[in-house]
Amino acid sequence: MNRTKGDEEEYWNSSKFKAFTFDDEDDELSQLKESKRAVNSLRDFVDDDDDDDLERVSWSGEAVGSISWSIRETAGNSGSTHEGREQLKSRNSFSSYAQLPKPTSTYSLSSFFRGRTRPGSFQSLSDALSDTPAKSYAPELGRPKGEYRDYSNDWSPSDTVRRLRKGKVCSLERFRSLQDKLQLLEEAVSMHDGNVITAVLIFLKRTLSKDILFRELEVRQVALRHLIHFLKEIGDQKLLLDLFRFLDRTEELALSHYREHLNIQDPDKRKEFLKTCVGLPFSAEDSAHIQDHYTLLERQIIIEANDRHLESAGQTEIFRKHPRKASILNMPLVTTLFYSCFYHYTEAEGTFSSPVNLKKTFKIPDKQYVLTALAARAKLRAWNDVDALFTTKNWLGYTKKRAPIGFHRVVEILHKNNAPVQILQEYVNLVEDVDTKLNLATKFKCHDVVIDTYRDLKDRQQLLAYRSKVDKGSAEEEKIDALLSSSQIRWKN
Amino acid sequence: MAAHLSYGRVNLNVLREAVRRELREFLDKCAGSKAIVWDEYLTGPFGLIAQYSLLKEHEVEKMFTLKGNRLPAADVKNIIFFVRPRLELMDIIAENVLSEDRRGPTRDFHILFVPRRSLLCEQRLKDLGVLGSFIHREEYSLDLIPFDGDLLSMESEGAFKECYLEGDQTSLYHAAKGLMTLQALYGTIPQIFGKGECARQVANMMIRMKREFTGSQNSIFPVFDNLLLLDRNVDLLTPLATQLTYEGLIDEIYGIQNSYVKLPPEKFAPKKQGDGGKDLPTEAKKLQLNSAEELYAEIRDKNFNAVGSVLSKKAKIISAAFEERHNAKTVGEIKQFVSQLPHMQAARGSLANHTSIAELIKDVTTSEDFFDKLTVEQEFMSGIDTDKTYGYEHILTLHNLEKAGLLKPQTGGRNNYPTIRKTLRLWMDDVNEQNPTDISYVYSGYAPLSVRLAQLLSRPGWRSIEEVLRILPGPHFEERQPLPTGLQKKRQPGENRVTLIFFLGGVTFAEIAALRFLSQLEDGGTEYVIATTKLMNGTSWIEALMEKPF
Repeated sequence: MNRTKGDEEEYWNSSKFKAFTFDDEDDELSQLKESKRAVNSLRDFVDDDDDDDLERVSWSGEAVGSISWSIRETAGNSGSTHEGREQLKSRNSFSSYAQLPKPTSTYSLSSFFRGRTRPGSFQSLSDALSDTPAKSYAPELGRPKGEYRDYSNDWSPSDTVRRLRKGKVCSLERFRSLQDKLQLLEEAVSMHDGNVITAVLIFLKRTLSKDILFRELEVRQVALRHLIHFLKEIGDQKLLLDLFRFLDRTEELALSHYREHLNIQDPDKRKEFLKTCVGLPFSAEDSAHIQDHYTLLERQIIIEANDRHLESAGQTEIFRKHPRKASILNMPLVTTLFYSCFYHYTEAEGTFSSPVNLKKTFKIPDKQYVLTALAARAKLRAWNDVDALFTTKNWLGYTKKRAPIGFHRVVEILHKNNAPVQILQEYVNLVEDVDTKLNLATKFKCHDVVIDTYRDLKDRQQLLAYRSKVDKGSAEEEKIDALLSSSQIRWKN
Repeated sequence: MAAHLSYGRVNLNVLREAVRRELREFLDKCAGSKAIVWDEYLTGPFGLIAQYSLLKEHEVEKMFTLKGNRLPAADVKNIIFFVRPRLELMDIIAENVLSEDRRGPTRDFHILFVPRRSLLCEQRLKDLGVLGSFIHREEYSLDLIPFDGDLLSMESEGAFKECYLEGDQTSLYHAAKGLMTLQALYGTIPQIFGKGECARQVANMMIRMKREFTGSQNSIFPVFDNLLLLDRNVDLLTPLATQLTYEGLIDEIYGIQNSYVKLPPEKFAPKKQGDGGKDLPTEAKKLQLNSAEELYAEIRDKNFNAVGSVLSKKAKIISAAFEERHNAKTVGEIKQFVSQLPHMQAARGSLANHTSIAELIKDVTTSEDFFDKLTVEQEFMSGIDTDKTYGYEHILTLHNLEKAGLLKPQTGGRNNYPTIRKTLRLWMDDVNEQNPTDISYVYSGYAPLSVRLAQLLSRPGWRSIEEVLRILPGPHFEERQPLPTGLQKKRQPGENRVTLIFFLGGVTFAEIAALRFLSQLEDGGTEYVIATTKLMNGTSWIEALMEKPF
């Protein structure tokens, strides 16, 4: 620890790592205290004793003396060179949550099994146990130095389970008959302690044939659920599928198979895998969804390849003006539709990337389609497209405006996309309910709509009141004045 | 001491002291200087039990986070691993131990499993050839951790999924064990009520465990009058609603972990003169939130719309208090002012923090997205139909939600929600957010079903809602645990009952706020202490149910 004061300061100034030692006489602590005072005079009342009911707060607000703080703290003591500090720094960045696997639970046994399968390590715990047939106790525990090992061969199933619960050494091997084994299992189940239930299940799994194990568990649902959970956690997919097949749980079998696609990163391989899922015995609804899932990914792969090419070629205006932010692979259907409305709106129905084609293939409802197309075209400020979206022609050739989502929603979406007042006005006018129309027109300052509506309502008072809300000397004010002095209107008030 | 734990009706410091004692005893077993190697996840919950000072008193000189390869150098006699019983952690421990063996001077290794030893983990250590290196292998049953004067949690994230989706009831076993520990410290709870399948299981386990401890009579005068066990799946709706209390919104937006919250630092920049604001902090601002902070205790459970006025009132009071210094003329007056200064400055610091947090929250709650989301939620809960669409990527998650009872296809069968809503008055049109008269203020209209059940149990009793109870999933029941006559309580007139309410599968801060509201009612008759498997919100809950790659 022979760094100079200068080094020390440089360290503090250059590093985010805020370690300081516990030694109260140490310079670092007093230094930090000083800065702390200067920085935040609001906190200088905190006294110096180490009692933890008044928690001292360091700069970052983390309690001084808290455990995570102290880990950094005491770890900091051991590094003396700058490089040492650097190493510590990288080690300690570890201390902020991300590294360790997120626990499914602190408690239940089933969560213990999420072991990493590494080359050279056991595929699963059950393999580990069955790989060593010489074992006479399961699970056999080495004797801690100096711990008295009270081992006897005469434990009954219930004694054995009780001892297992307390974490004591106990032989399971002596339960040789099927009847004994099942009694052991039932004892474990009645205790509800997953640790013990799973220990017994692993013993049964190793010492019973698959068929007998499955058959016996079929009539013991709690134990069965534990086994399924255990197999899922350790990723023993093969035995799990065998079990579902045995139990004739075809739908779970199918879902369990389908689940594996989550682990496949490569899009083509994932697509091929999804293809193998199509036709599995899912429920009728899910069958359709899984077929669609496959089709969607297939489409996305084609669109992605094509668009990446177009974008890098730099010849297409839309990609030059609006470069893609991310790949479309594995995106949800609605996102894909938005993407295609954004980049491929005018394409003929025959292409895979055209919005109309997507709408037909995936039977996207009108409402959903219109909402998505509107958002995409409004974002591009393509007002003509927006107009066309709501224009319908009847068989006589008359045009009519119609919005399956209601024009009030249209107005809100346009406003979110910063549509100019002229455009907004047009759609506010199409809102049928008068109150809603007035609300929207007032909110978005569509003065003409407000004025015309009050005129139609023959509401002189409201019109008069609205006059104060428009700019002095504006065209709107003139329009209001003209209406108010008109002798043509029979005002209702 | 953690003084705020003793503010409530039940002194939870007793529990904290008990678990601290257990920790000290374990540390003293490993004589000599020590280094602790931590499973990172445990530091949060442990922080609520013990500060570094306690460990230091017991010769803990170094602490490290558990990580592969070699341990950092430490000149200590003992190395103790504090870990959850998880297989992948055993692999790391083995790596540490093996590389240490090669390094030279032998140390004593120990392992402390939290909350319990696992046969399988020890088997794994044996397979890796290191089990024999450990002198002490013990468990530290930290089942229920005191969070506040009226709040306990097991912080078991997977409890809901395991109980309701996988059918693994291990966390219920731990809940029952935690309740046994509580009874050992606070006396036998004479009456147990419950609703739901898991509640029934926990009650059964408790009764069975009590039978097994036949040896000694519990001679402690009971502190709790009754226990209410509630399954989360009796009320799957409430956690999905956006919490609208102050604490609830902090949790919804930033997430509260082990009573700490990390906030964007910009609003907390230290105001230094001449600084020009050039050195904005980049690290998240971390704050502890509990009732030890007077102001926070006052506003945490209020509807967010009522927080602003409290803050501005406080600001006026504090400014006035600081102005007092101009009136202090005599030495005595000045002395008195100075003696109050620390308290005033604490109050001012606390006010500054909460004003900043309230600003951050307000930015969110006034956004259109937030409003839209809330509108849809409220339409759902008041019974208006809304439709929603999902992507294929969620097929598996949707299956999980269906299995856990969160989604139901509406196939002809009767929809019971309107009946439940009307009978239990779950939707209140007139809500007073400023001065609430009903628990529905915590969601600005929706009264949490779970808390309504607790309220009705206390008065007039569940017999009045038998019909609704039958519609809700799982059995409802009542059990008595007989007490020797000497321990039977004679309640003074006007004395409130104390109910321990245990949420199996998680509880939200808004529900806690609603229960605190009931505790504070003058003629309420019941005060609540709340326990749960996990403090949660809708987001963390659904995330736990989502299917992710292995």
